[in-house]
Amino acid sequence: MSDGGIHPAKPFPEAAHLTLQDGQMRRNLGHATRTIRAKREKTVLELPDWEELREAGSSLKAHVMANLEPLLLQLEQSVTRAGGVVHWARDAEEARAIVTRLVQGTGAKDVVKVKSITTDEINLNGALEAAGIHTLETDLAELIVQLAHDKPSHILVPAIHKNRAEIRELFVRELGLPDLSDEPRELAGAARTYLRKKFLSAKVAISGANFAVAATGTVGVVESEGNGRMCLTLPDTLITLMGIEKVLPQWQDLEIFLQLLPRASTAERMNPYTSFWTGVHAGDGPKAFHLVLLDNGRTRVLEDEVGRQALHCIRCSACLNVCPVYERAGGHAYGSVYPGPIGAILTPQLIGMEHENANTLPFASSLCGACYDACPVKINIPEVLVHLRARAVEHKKAHSSLPTLEGSAMTVMAWVFGDASRFAFAQKLARLGQGPLVKEGKIGPLPGLLGGWTETRDLKQVPKESFREWWGKNK
Amino acid sequence: MSAKEAILARVRAAGVQSAASVARAYRKNSGWTRTEILEQFAERTAEYKAEVIRGRESDLTTLLEEVCFRRMLSRIVVPAGLNVDLPSSLTAVFDQPPLTPEQLETCDAVLTSCALGIAETGTIVLDGGPGQGRRVLSLIPDTHLCIVWGRQIVGSVPEGVAALEGSVRAGRALTWISGPSATSDIELSRVEGVHGPRNLVVFLLEEGT
Repeated sequence: MSDGGIHPAKPFPEAAHLTLQDGQMRRNLGHATRTIRAKREKTVLELPDWEELREAGSSLKAHVMANLEPLLLQLEQSVTRAGGVVHWARDAEEARAIVTRLVQGTGAKDVVKVKSITTDEINLNGALEAAGIHTLETDLAELIVQLAHDKPSHILVPAIHKNRAEIRELFVRELGLPDLSDEPRELAGAARTYLRKKFLSAKVAISGANFAVAATGTVGVVESEGNGRMCLTLPDTLITLMGIEKVLPQWQDLEIFLQLLPRASTAERMNPYTSFWTGVHAGDGPKAFHLVLLDNGRTRVLEDEVGRQALHCIRCSACLNVCPVYERAGGHAYGSVYPGPIGAILTPQLIGMEHENANTLPFASSLCGACYDACPVKINIPEVLVHLRARAVEHKKAHSSLPTLEGSAMTVMAWVFGDASRFAFAQKLARLGQGPLVKEGKIGPLPGLLGGWTETRDLKQVPKESFREWWGKNK
Repeated sequence: MSAKEAILARVRAAGVQSAASVARAYRKNSGWTRTEILEQFAERTAEYKAEVIRGRESDLTTLLEEVCFRRMLSRIVVPAGLNVDLPSSLTAVFDQPPLTPEQLETCDAVLTSCALGIAETGTIVLDGGPGQGRRVLSLIPDTHLCIVWGRQIVGSVPEGVAALEGSVRAGRALTWISGPSATSDIELSRVEGVHGPRNLVVFLLEEGT
């Protein structure tokens, strides 16, 4: 985790093997994702033009990617004109250094944070702690993760893997509240009391950003609890870290995303609070505003014609909630702050397909396509998964002198399938060769490469006659 | 090479081709009548656990008195530019000189106007205009009493966004509020009441007596 929160420590199959043994986590995830799926369907069906909105979101993001340079320059100009300061960070290390320097410049020893997966991506808290600056997560789920010394497992609800009883236990232990019940309302109340004083005394806040409008320099944060409003309003200094892909051309474009995002993420018509600010407002809110624009691999993703649509993501987490693999393996199996289907295409592209653990992520999918249907900006995740699988195989081929077993088998198959007579001969051979394996018309567990498939499934025996043979006799 | 130059050079090198034009085939209007817009606003705002009280302009003082008595609120923050006759049972606390967060904590509620309301989503938007005050005023007290005029309510999100363009261009900060503070962080079920005001009361007023 030294270079941020997106470098998986293990290949996906190995990590998933461990998380799958956690029955409690799987029950928690199953419960939470079932709840949100049912709610989401209702909220989305309410809008007769949902598909038109998705199309608009998708085409607008494509437009942003094609005009990223002028838009970023315009954003810098607008924010500066409104009294903000814009910083550029090539990678995680540079971003951490900029933010640390800015906090140190204020003399503050404590900062409050609005939930931001981008700051988790660069492991900002670790860097600030190392510099003697204490960070306090103020979003309920992030606070839970921080108090438990855990890692986020979901984009929207980083503590989704914990149920109310586990959260109660954590609060009893860490906040010293022995009489707390496991009622979510009471747990939320405990967080309110715990954080209230810290908000009132905070001098510096750090946030992410959901949007930034190039034309006006307006930055937006979408939230529920009001911790965002506290952080964006009370401290003297506000530092916002934003991926370069989050820029939008016009204020008007928000009419699309303020409809798509709340309905796709928390299944609400609108989330409780959305804050927009433009630089510094005299007499209202922070006196200093810094916007840090982060690349950290995003321009690498941009280079891939098929893969770049991953940058359209608005971090709603709808794809996680519908994914059968995510629901069972859990977010931690992906080894990145971006888990689930979007993580499987974003993480390996951000850090490079040569990362031996990250390049197993595109295989963490059954390609069922539910993520594509759920995505509010129509990212064709299955298409990118298949594309990245090909890239992973090519990378493997290019970096190994010996052909892989799988590769050799595929070469032989290509040769057999390439010629009708060879194929017919192979069918005959299979009929003869299957003899000892067939029991009651079925083929049971096989050794070697086919073991993974046949361990849990029976194959039908090869029929006595192929269709071609039958046709030859009966046409 | 500076970080900025390096990032922009990489963006250029990626050579993303200009995409097709943005498809804006979605609805701009709700298609509702004025009456439906007001009804939907009231219904949807209430669905998010806000209390919605409908009345005439001339009823406001009475309505305020009734709500504050029932909810046991007496010290009320009143932002500059709010032309409302507070009932004599209430103590007005003015933001002049600016109240500290600690002082705001000792107040029971804040009474504000708003920039507009959106029916389709049950949302009110504050833009710091007259009667709305600094953002912190509507954040710290535990109850937010908000006055919305019927004529301020638009049907859809696109209508709301369009109506706010002027505020944004004037460099004002916006706060969109849909129900009281809430969280979905425990088992993805929504519960109300975290850091922002735990109670939201919306007075939906129409002109006249």
